[in-house]
Amino acid sequence: MTTAPTPTETPAPERNGGLLRGRPELGVSLLLLVLGVLVLTDALTMDGEFTQRGPVGPQTVPLIVGALLAVVAVLLAVDVLRGGRGEAEGGEDIDLAAPGDWRTVLLLAAVLLGNAVLIEPLGFPLSGALLFWGAAYALGSRNTVRDPLIAAVLSVVTFLVFNNLLGVALPGGPLMKVL
Amino acid sequence: MNSLNLLLDGFGTALSPVNLLWAATGVLLGTAIGVLPGIGPAMAVALLLPVTYGLDPTAAFIMFAGIYYGGMFGGSTTSILLNTPGETAAVVTAIEGHPMARSGRGSQALAAAAIGHFAGGVIGTVLLVVLAPTVASLAVGIGAPDYFAIMVLAFIAVTSVLGRSRVRGFASLLIGLTIGLIGLDAMTGQQRLTFGSLHLADGVDVVVVAVGLFALGEALWVAAHLRRTSGKPVDVGRPWLGRAEVRRSWKPWLRGPVIGFPFGAIPAGGAEIPTFLSYVTEKRLSKHRSEFGTGAIEGVAGPESAASASAAGTLVSMLTLGLPTTATAAVMLAAFQQYGIQPGPLLFEHEPKLVWGLIASLFVGMVLLLVLNLPLAPVWAKLLRIPRPHLYAGILFFAGVGVYAIGGEPLDLVLLLVIGLIGLGMRRFGLPVLPAMIGVILGPAAEQQLRRALQLSDGSLAGLVNTPFSLVVYAVIAVILAGPPLWKRFGRGRPSVVEVGTGG
Repeated sequence: MTTAPTPTETPAPERNGGLLRGRPELGVSLLLLVLGVLVLTDALTMDGEFTQRGPVGPQTVPLIVGALLAVVAVLLAVDVLRGGRGEAEGGEDIDLAAPGDWRTVLLLAAVLLGNAVLIEPLGFPLSGALLFWGAAYALGSRNTVRDPLIAAVLSVVTFLVFNNLLGVALPGGPLMKVL
Repeated sequence: MNSLNLLLDGFGTALSPVNLLWAATGVLLGTAIGVLPGIGPAMAVALLLPVTYGLDPTAAFIMFAGIYYGGMFGGSTTSILLNTPGETAAVVTAIEGHPMARSGRGSQALAAAAIGHFAGGVIGTVLLVVLAPTVASLAVGIGAPDYFAIMVLAFIAVTSVLGRSRVRGFASLLIGLTIGLIGLDAMTGQQRLTFGSLHLADGVDVVVVAVGLFALGEALWVAAHLRRTSGKPVDVGRPWLGRAEVRRSWKPWLRGPVIGFPFGAIPAGGAEIPTFLSYVTEKRLSKHRSEFGTGAIEGVAGPESAASASAAGTLVSMLTLGLPTTATAAVMLAAFQQYGIQPGPLLFEHEPKLVWGLIASLFVGMVLLLVLNLPLAPVWAKLLRIPRPHLYAGILFFAGVGVYAIGGEPLDLVLLLVIGLIGLGMRRFGLPVLPAMIGVILGPAAEQQLRRALQLSDGSLAGLVNTPFSLVVYAVIAVILAGPPLWKRFGRGRPSVVEVGTGG
């Protein structure tokens, strides 16, 4: 790949701030470039000791994908600098006029991570209930009686349906041992 | 006539009491989830995947058929009563359906949609029964270069025909292909992009990707821009149709499948284009053209029938070629892979019981849909009032259940979050999600076919184009790549008509 014009490499440094401002998509382009470099590096650093069957080894396709990622990163940057803009996706519950509420997204991410950590020690019924309640809280529901109740019922019923009825094993945790 | 016997056997499978129960459960769950605002059929199927993990494949896919049709039907209810289509296939339905609901004819709109679905589904599935075995037997003879060509066609079509920006479509596809590379190389066992992680060496499960991109990504994106005052759904009674409405609807019901089915079978975006074409056709042919825009029943009946038939068309390419042409089909293909079943020409030979049971249950599912949903419509309408925090918390909850249930790996939940955040970013910056999903699902298969083809030709690239079939496919790809102005004009025509329609 030839040198890719990442946002920081564009000429006229005093205009750089202006170029980047209002063009967060150049960040996407940068990420694609980084991903491309990552894929290429991974492919090129594979040790050659694998038993290669046929003329095409395990490196070829990653090399193509990595190179194409870099090409698309450049093309996207060009498109953005020419005024092209990706249209944010609309939807029935989406209000694009409102500024992005990234705090909620962070909270939800934390709740999901918490679930990943807690699901084995606490068991599914408890961690699932915390997941639902936490998510509902993060999304703005503040009813401290109804919400935990819904969460508990949903979680226990889901556990029973999956574990006992559908044959999909979920960890019961200490709570289910007591019950 | 052989396929007729097989189909009868399939009915034997589908009509056994247990399987009938799964089909009914699937239809009810699919409709309930599909009706929920914000959830389209692809997300419905992704969220309901874990429900089928404990079942044997035949029962699982019978249930899936119900979920699929139920989810599509549920989406049209949301369109009509709330004017907020959850997915592109239902956009057109909202144009006429919602004005009908507002002027007190919601019951008729729902009935026209339900019967349209039934008619389109039955006709589409009959075409599936007639065509699929033929396509499969033709496809049995095709080799690695042909498969590779078909997959390249799928990649190009999904990035170029859909969406507004080709470069963003390709970016999405490449993200998907990269995720598909993670894990051990299928042919040599070489680790790729695993960074020494044992968990990643198993690859990223396609279900994690499907749930992450379609369910979690969407939920997080909505959370970032949650509308605090959500629209009020229109109240509705039991759906029914008067004689005059039936007289106006029956032709659109029958015309819809003619438009819908072929579009479903090719990788051109599933129901989006045919529903629009059906709408335009009905508008042109209608004797009540002046009513269009203010609630013409033909504008509901035709597109709904076309959408349903296109779903059947989608199954032709998915079952016979292993080629998913819509997001929902992509998720269903992921489900097949869960069971270690590879859809393709050999599926009809290797798994006749499963395939024909599935096809027969499509008919069963449609009858159940009609019988259950017409009386239940007022109940479904109540689901539209669910508070948004609980709705999206529930999506997160079930996304977590589904992903954990795959293998009982908490690390999969972390991967789910990462992919969900990628899905969020893609929605923020206008990268379409479907190409990424197609890349994850077809990428590894395409690589295998490429390597097999080149192995046969000793590394000569000519080995990729040495069959007439592959040459034809590459010619089609060239046309798609060279013909963007045509598609662009087409794409631009769409929104303007939609605007005219809703403006009235």
